[in-house]
Amino acid sequence: MDFTLSKKHEMARTLFREFAEKEVKPLAIEVDETEEFPRVTVEKMAKAGFMGIPIPKEYGGQGCDILTYAMCVEELSKVCGTTGVIVSAHTSLCCDPILTFGTEEQKQKYLPDLAAGRKIGAFGLTEPGAGTDAQGQQTKAVLDGEEWVLNGSKIFITNGKEADVYVIFAITGMVEKRGRMTKEISAFIVEKGTPGFTFGTKEKKMGIRGSSTYELIFTDCRIPKANLLGQQGKGFNIAMHTLDGGRIGIAAQALGIGEGALERTIAYVKERKQFGKAIGSFQNTQFQLADMATKAQAAQFMVYKAATTKDQYTKDHKTSYSVEAAMAKLYAAEMAMEVTTKAVQLHGGYGYTREYEVERMMRDAKITEIYEGTSEVQRMVISANLLK
Amino acid sequence: MKIVVCIKQVPDTKGGVKFNPDGTLDRAAMMTIMNPDDKAGLEAALRLKDQYGAEVTVITMGLPKAEDVLREAMAMGADKGILVTDRVLGGADTWATSQTLAGAIRNLEYDLIITGRQAIDGDTAQVGPQISEHLGIPVISYAQKIEIDGDSVIVERQYDDRYHVLKAKMPCLITALAELNAPRYMTPGGIFDACDAEITVWGRANLVDVEDSNLGLKGSPTQIAKASDKVRKGQGEKINKDVTESVDYIVDKLKVRHVI
Amino acid sequence: MNLEEYKGVYVFAQQVDNVLNSIAFELIGKGKDLAEALGAEVTAVLVGSDVKNLADELAEYGADKVIVVDDPELKEYRTEPYAHALASVIKEFKPEIFLVGATAIGRDLGPRVSARIHTGLTADCTQLEIGDFPINPIPGKEQKHNQLLMTRPAFGGNTIATIACPDFRPQMATVRPGVMQKRAKVAGAKANVIEFNPGFTPDNKYVEILKVVKAVSDTVDIMDAKILVSGGRGVGSAENFKILDDLAAVLGATVSCSRAVVDAGWKPKDLQVGQTGKTVRPNVYFAIGISGAIQHLAGMEESDIIIAINKDESAPIFDVADYGIVGDLNKIVPALTEKLKAELAAK
Repeated sequence: MDFTLSKKHEMARTLFREFAEKEVKPLAIEVDETEEFPRVTVEKMAKAGFMGIPIPKEYGGQGCDILTYAMCVEELSKVCGTTGVIVSAHTSLCCDPILTFGTEEQKQKYLPDLAAGRKIGAFGLTEPGAGTDAQGQQTKAVLDGEEWVLNGSKIFITNGKEADVYVIFAITGMVEKRGRMTKEISAFIVEKGTPGFTFGTKEKKMGIRGSSTYELIFTDCRIPKANLLGQQGKGFNIAMHTLDGGRIGIAAQALGIGEGALERTIAYVKERKQFGKAIGSFQNTQFQLADMATKAQAAQFMVYKAATTKDQYTKDHKTSYSVEAAMAKLYAAEMAMEVTTKAVQLHGGYGYTREYEVERMMRDAKITEIYEGTSEVQRMVISANLLK
Repeated sequence: MKIVVCIKQVPDTKGGVKFNPDGTLDRAAMMTIMNPDDKAGLEAALRLKDQYGAEVTVITMGLPKAEDVLREAMAMGADKGILVTDRVLGGADTWATSQTLAGAIRNLEYDLIITGRQAIDGDTAQVGPQISEHLGIPVISYAQKIEIDGDSVIVERQYDDRYHVLKAKMPCLITALAELNAPRYMTPGGIFDACDAEITVWGRANLVDVEDSNLGLKGSPTQIAKASDKVRKGQGEKINKDVTESVDYIVDKLKVRHVI
Repeated sequence: MNLEEYKGVYVFAQQVDNVLNSIAFELIGKGKDLAEALGAEVTAVLVGSDVKNLADELAEYGADKVIVVDDPELKEYRTEPYAHALASVIKEFKPEIFLVGATAIGRDLGPRVSARIHTGLTADCTQLEIGDFPINPIPGKEQKHNQLLMTRPAFGGNTIATIACPDFRPQMATVRPGVMQKRAKVAGAKANVIEFNPGFTPDNKYVEILKVVKAVSDTVDIMDAKILVSGGRGVGSAENFKILDDLAAVLGATVSCSRAVVDAGWKPKDLQVGQTGKTVRPNVYFAIGISGAIQHLAGMEESDIIIAINKDESAPIFDVADYGIVGDLNKIVPALTEKLKAELAAK
């Protein structure tokens, strides 16, 4: 058992940190204030290869592993949670299912542009009546000759209006399962600009405000038959498998947000004086910091463990990483919420102002307990595995 | 086209200068980086590679750990890395350093050699021009723009109040300013490849046409008589008041010091 | 190498467009100090085309002798013919010390010449003196007297080192402009003028000058300014330098800047103070929105009075400032300008 990072990963971290400090951090406040998608940053990330980290070179990616990708999301999220989730949703929720379930033609067609960041990816599963309960889906796809016809809508879609390629789930029929009729769900690749594919309202959010969260609307939207992703009826499995991977990205985002708040708090308590002493010299501050740092470290180990377990899956196509991912996301998200809340408290009144950024981190942290499976869902996944 | 870029691993003096409790520079605590001017030189070479097609070889002289800076350069896009390291090369001044690098470069084919103008640790700006002298090729220092024209290179050479547009036949040596460009980032895939790549390591025996008397500490005409950490002017007064009080304070001080 | 053969202090008298650069006089001034300590003369080496008439000015600033290398190949500065000129002078006249300005020309020329004649060169010196090497006697090692001890900052100004060149001649240094003192001008002084031409035959090392583009600048050289109002990244934009211009106008000051400002394209390079810009020593230096990176401090900390305005209380600029004001420059600077206007009007 070895907890030291390899030379490759150390160098990659240096790269991500430098990039985050120079290119992302200066824009973080503005992205939050204006709620604008950081297009320019995404272009820079594309140039530096950040949009295709775990994609094999044969599909134009960087040919690195999930651990490297998780470290990228972590470092970006230390300074800007929005930027972190843009990379996470693009990579885990769009590139990964195409890579895992796509036909060779689909991979050749979509991955090179996605991996190079020329195109951005998104994922549409959630609907007004179907969040945690994927069976509540209403969006339908009907085969009409050589085309699938989509009708319905998806909500809370990260990278919503900015993406070019969408992995969309829809009902393709009813099947009998254990004597009951259940919805048969299938996955599709839908391109922006397809007639009948439009955008609804943009969500006004508490945190990660620059991530372009939109409603996607499909009205007699016709897509080629060839855009069915994976087998018909396997949509639910594809969605669950994809979210297992996505949770590693979100866990890394949560980890970064917590670590970022911790770093800022350490710097602040050394400087801020009360009663003639730096507040860092008070034992309460010291103990709070100790708890924050310990939890952040634990979260990092769990995220890296989940990432390396998925790397093992990439090699053998059988290792399960579902529980590791659920635990990492559950713990990192709750850590992020706790650490950022304490960070605001330790900053006092300044912490409540926008200037000090820890309040933004606290707002950003909250979503990590909710999306890509709430903390409750993670507990269900973990406990189901314990009691099976 | 073949381009050789000379790079150096230096302590990061920007922002993160650390001092020991006794006030001396704590070099061990400082991060090392690729010298900024050298990085601009590398970026210039990589842009020429993108534009005209070229093989870019990076070379550094230093301790074995200087290998890191070669891998960084390769992660940015350089094709080959050469580390020149040998105990007998230690303690070199710019004469001995330039002799060493020239001796190493004589093994290589090159059309262009690019170095940074100066390193942020030594700040001498001498090694580039001295290498060119040893190799008998023209030097263009302080390049702010580089283009290729057939078998020649056209360079904007910066001076204090002007620039010259110079044309030189290749092979030629150019020294680059950090202002020349904004160097690209490494890519994650580039890092993975660079870590797997073979770095060529050369020692004294690989240097061509260089005498022992021109190498290392013994071959250095300049010698250090004394080195000390700089004693800084002490901190003066510092106030943190509202605008009116701040302005009154400055005006008062300007009067006291007979400026107005 | 017979070190005894090498005599006298030589300085490179840099001229551009047949106008002598101030560094030439500064080097003569310092050269006189060194020559007096050695009982030797100061020789200025004047290189260019049709430059002989400049010899008298060098004499007025203290040159005992002027060697003129005059050739059409030397009209504009180019490394190779200039290096050939200096290397030939050194081979012919064998100076003990040779000083070159650490200018954009000198720092290209110096290394090329020192490499050609195989001697040491110490870069960007801020202090020169004659002394012993080693400075303190070391048992078993000969202590040489009358050596040139060259002191220079390194590590971006964090350390200083004193360098000697005991076994090679000439002892060469490039010297930072603005640091050494000129001597008072003695009108009508004459020097012994020697014309010397080693012959110039273009070869592969000669580069072709396609174009000379002069930067248009009507501003005072920041190195000559008595008061500098210097702005950094904290000023925020090129447009916002207006508040610094206004302050400078009231004080009869000149505006300068940090490297970040040049990198951002807000101000031209010739206004840059610092390690890679210019070294300044004004009576008053206002550092406005300048954090005070070590490279910047290296270029301005010798100023008589340093006044810093910065919103970051922990900015390193406050470590060298005589008067530090923590606050918003956008409010303080315009208010200061108004207040000074009123004060000066009242006088």
